[in-house]
Amino acid sequence: MALFSRDSQAVFFNYKASPVQRMLDFDYACYRDTPSVACVVTPGAPRGGFRKAFFGQRELALPEYGSIGEACAAHPGADVFLNYASYRSAFASSMQALQTDTIRVVVIIAEGVPERDTKRLIAAAAAGGKIIIGPATVGAIQAGAFKVGDAAGTLENILQCRLHRAGSVGFVSKSGGLSNEMYHVLSRVTDGIYEGVAVGGDTYPGSTLADHVLRFQRIPQVKLVVLLGELGGTDELQVAAAMRDGRVHKPLVAWVSGTCATRFHAAEVQFGHAGAKSEADRADESAAAKNRLLREAGALVPTSFETLPALVGDAFRKLQLPPVPEREPRALPMDFHAAVQTGQLRKATNMVCTVSDDRGEEVTYAGTPMSTLIAEQYGIGDVISLLWFKRRLPPWAVRFIEMCIVVAADHGPCVSGAHNAIVAARAGKDVVSSLCSGLLTIGPRFGGAIDDAALNFMRGADEHIPPDEFVESMKRAGRRVEGIGHRIKSAECRDSRVELLSAYAHQRFPSTRYLEYAQQVEAYTLQKSTNLVLNIDGCIGALFADLLSGAADTLFDGAHLDEHERSQAVRSIIELGALNGLFVVARSIGLIGHVIDQRRMKQPLYRHPWDDVLYAQDDLAPTLRRQPSMIGAAANAPAGKRVDG
Amino acid sequence: MARKKIREYDAKRLLCHHLKRHLMAMQATSSTRLADAAHEHDWLARCRLVVKPDMLFGKRGKHNLVALNVDVDGAQRFLTQLLHERGEVEVGGVRGTVTTCLVEPFIPHQVEYYLSIRSVREGNEVRFSCYGGMDVEERWEDGRRQLVRPGERYTAAEALALVRDEPDAGRREKLASFVAECFAVYDDLDFTLMEMNPLTVAVPPMSLAMEGAANADGLAETVLPLDMRGELDSYAAFQNARKWLNVEFPEAWGRQKWPQERAVAELDEKSSASLKLTILNPRGRIWTMVAGGGASVIYSDTVVDLGYGDELGNYAEYSGNPKPEETYLFARELLDLVTHEPDGRPRCLLVGGGIANFTDVAATFSGILQAMKDFAGKLQMAKVKVFVRRGGPNYKTGLRLMEELGAELGIPMEVYGPQVNMTAIVTMGIEWIAHGPPPGSPAVVSPHHRRSAAVENGV
Repeated sequence: MALFSRDSQAVFFNYKASPVQRMLDFDYACYRDTPSVACVVTPGAPRGGFRKAFFGQRELALPEYGSIGEACAAHPGADVFLNYASYRSAFASSMQALQTDTIRVVVIIAEGVPERDTKRLIAAAAAGGKIIIGPATVGAIQAGAFKVGDAAGTLENILQCRLHRAGSVGFVSKSGGLSNEMYHVLSRVTDGIYEGVAVGGDTYPGSTLADHVLRFQRIPQVKLVVLLGELGGTDELQVAAAMRDGRVHKPLVAWVSGTCATRFHAAEVQFGHAGAKSEADRADESAAAKNRLLREAGALVPTSFETLPALVGDAFRKLQLPPVPEREPRALPMDFHAAVQTGQLRKATNMVCTVSDDRGEEVTYAGTPMSTLIAEQYGIGDVISLLWFKRRLPPWAVRFIEMCIVVAADHGPCVSGAHNAIVAARAGKDVVSSLCSGLLTIGPRFGGAIDDAALNFMRGADEHIPPDEFVESMKRAGRRVEGIGHRIKSAECRDSRVELLSAYAHQRFPSTRYLEYAQQVEAYTLQKSTNLVLNIDGCIGALFADLLSGAADTLFDGAHLDEHERSQAVRSIIELGALNGLFVVARSIGLIGHVIDQRRMKQPLYRHPWDDVLYAQDDLAPTLRRQPSMIGAAANAPAGKRVDG
Repeated sequence: MARKKIREYDAKRLLCHHLKRHLMAMQATSSTRLADAAHEHDWLARCRLVVKPDMLFGKRGKHNLVALNVDVDGAQRFLTQLLHERGEVEVGGVRGTVTTCLVEPFIPHQVEYYLSIRSVREGNEVRFSCYGGMDVEERWEDGRRQLVRPGERYTAAEALALVRDEPDAGRREKLASFVAECFAVYDDLDFTLMEMNPLTVAVPPMSLAMEGAANADGLAETVLPLDMRGELDSYAAFQNARKWLNVEFPEAWGRQKWPQERAVAELDEKSSASLKLTILNPRGRIWTMVAGGGASVIYSDTVVDLGYGDELGNYAEYSGNPKPEETYLFARELLDLVTHEPDGRPRCLLVGGGIANFTDVAATFSGILQAMKDFAGKLQMAKVKVFVRRGGPNYKTGLRLMEELGAELGIPMEVYGPQVNMTAIVTMGIEWIAHGPPPGSPAVVSPHHRRSAAVENGV
């Protein structure tokens, strides 16, 4: 009887997207109600997974199981097992399928299953009354009903060969590629195939050419059988024997390829299929002998492959069959990617990226490929310059960026960022969460003053505002002078970080105009109080503005900008947040260090000592009743002047 | 490709190793000096010897290629003569050079049995005969056979029925044990053929050497294979690497691989796709590069059918969706052969195939195209015309790229899709090599002409 039906469903073992989609496209074109793939098995996959595939226009979620047992238990109606495992595991999985009650047909795609294993599978199939197709095959197709994976090729080919509806020919061969060729030939000279099977090229196919020829005898819709054999093996001889016995009553057209082999004995050519060797051990496995025996047994055998189509056509016409019911295939929407590739469709993009490109063989940072970055020993500063500014800044600038990272990497465990990170780590949080906890304290009071300091000093310097006026105007506006002031450092006890960076800049920067301005401001503020020094935020901010100005040629591609335009351009870079980013990159190093430290020391959950807290509701309660606005005032501690680097 | 022959030395080595017997045999090549080897193989000095070629061919006695019952000097003389002086030898109509011999102790014996185990579809067939030796085929029907199905037990108890024609009870038991043991090794190591002819039961030569021939009667006999051959299932290599003890899979007798064949075999090994190349006539003028194991055979058939078998340069196939890099390297090897030593006469290259199921035709063609670019000048010098016939995923793009390249490089080319018969290009190719370009046609075909030909062919 027929292998499959319009309702047959398969368990697809070892998921592969393309053959599954091709099966479902075939299903849809044939007007099948149900998809031919019931579920897929990916060994080890977790429960509850699924794979998507299109059935017509809509997507289906095909359940995915981690084992054959689970899949078959959940889908007892799926009696076909399509095994796409590699040759290494094809035996074990196929054996398991054969031993599963609900499975009736097993198709084994892999080439390379050892003979000993195949024989065991054949014995198991015989014992269970089951059918194996393969190994080493592309599969089989029942026109208008069911198609295994990639059999019969593209949908275009399937429709051209009219495989979306049943014809009258039963076709069997060893080769998958030739099957497809023959479906094409048969669609021209007959009404098409009813069923086509490629048994595979191995020495011992799970089911033989003879098995299928005999099975075709019992399928009423098959009126003509076409067999394409190959030199090597005795399979075709069994067909001849069956014909002599009278077990084959339908007309059979057969051709055994490999007639050329008698010429090539000396070369002992290994033809592509495992079973086909030109030095056949016994003469009657040669193509010529098999063709003769088949002809003598009553098969229609052409003189060459070239004349096979004509002979089939003749045999078909003689049968004078009524035309088979025709129908048009159901139209399938075009696959999106295929449409884009053939230029039939265009789609606007949703995202833009101008800093890096990962589409090629190696990733590029601002156009520089990874191999160059490594070979020419680009450092962190170079990489920041490429990915943030899309240019390679000059060495003095790159070095400075790296110094800033070194300087800003950490400032001990007590600053807010480190403290938060430590508390989170001690709460048992992972590195990333603890890091983020610390980073989230970066803002106007901690680490975030650098941008403002830079912009303010720039404004002051560019607009030639005298330092005293600069400070006083800000005071009048109720604003802090960012970059000035430190809790501990003072004029007598300078911040060494500021000293070191300033010294480097004086030596290497083309200009330190903004630093000089900032230092003038510092000179003024120091008159007011000894701890109103230029702090590290202010220093880095001012120097960064100097750096960007000094590297303007590189940054702005040598455009000749006047001073005003240049400082506008520099400001816009700072306004994008580059300086802020620099602090984040730097401080992340320290924060992670603290997190690791806490985890290494297995520090317990932190709870702030209650005796370090002023529980003030009772004291303030009467006041609050009188002045609700005091709630706000009581909640905010006075803002500190200095900012921790 | 699946079943591969192994040397007699390796067959005996594998058997002895897995039966835990001491192997008394050695391989000898042209650099072997038996006198030096005697340190490691004391039997060389103490026993009489047998020397025979170990080159995957049989009937060595009938071809006078065996030295029997010689001493170590005699063995050395024989080796020197065969490996150094004799040069080529013809066996079974095939000429070749003997490079490896097997040297083992000579075993005096009275009886010769035959034993073979071979793979059949239903399982494995064990054959035994009391009438073994050179003329075993004459009493072939007097042997006994047993079919062992997959998973069935096969022990000495079962084997007794096979060897029951041996009159001596003691020998029968030893034979039955031996047969069962060999079967276990055969099965475990994925042999597809194991044949011993002759097989004997005799006193092992070292015992004889130690105790002396006079005391032979009292010494115990063992079952000893004299000549042996084996075949392994190469598909089992991934499971059996350790059990196979680095066994060698030599080339068939008389068949040295060409460098191009070797290169393609290496590609085939490394790839999940299939790539095969065999050179038939290096001076042939019809060359093929066909997709698919089945289709490639048919193209060769057609060339032979049309009477041009002598001009067939090669058999080649590629399948299983090889990557463009793989088809590129494959095509390069082939084009090297196609364009070798131009002689002014036209040649053709048939890039053929059926309608692919899932191989991306454009992608595999891109590799071929790149190789053709590399060989453009040589293809022209060798007057090669390329005929392409193919269908399958992206075939239209593939054909178009071929055509465009042909026009660009000035290589005469015709491309066809599934609308023409698969082997139609064979006739065209033969037309070309027989008659060259039609009179009056331009040396280089213009793109305009090509396009109209393509339109005619419905591409």
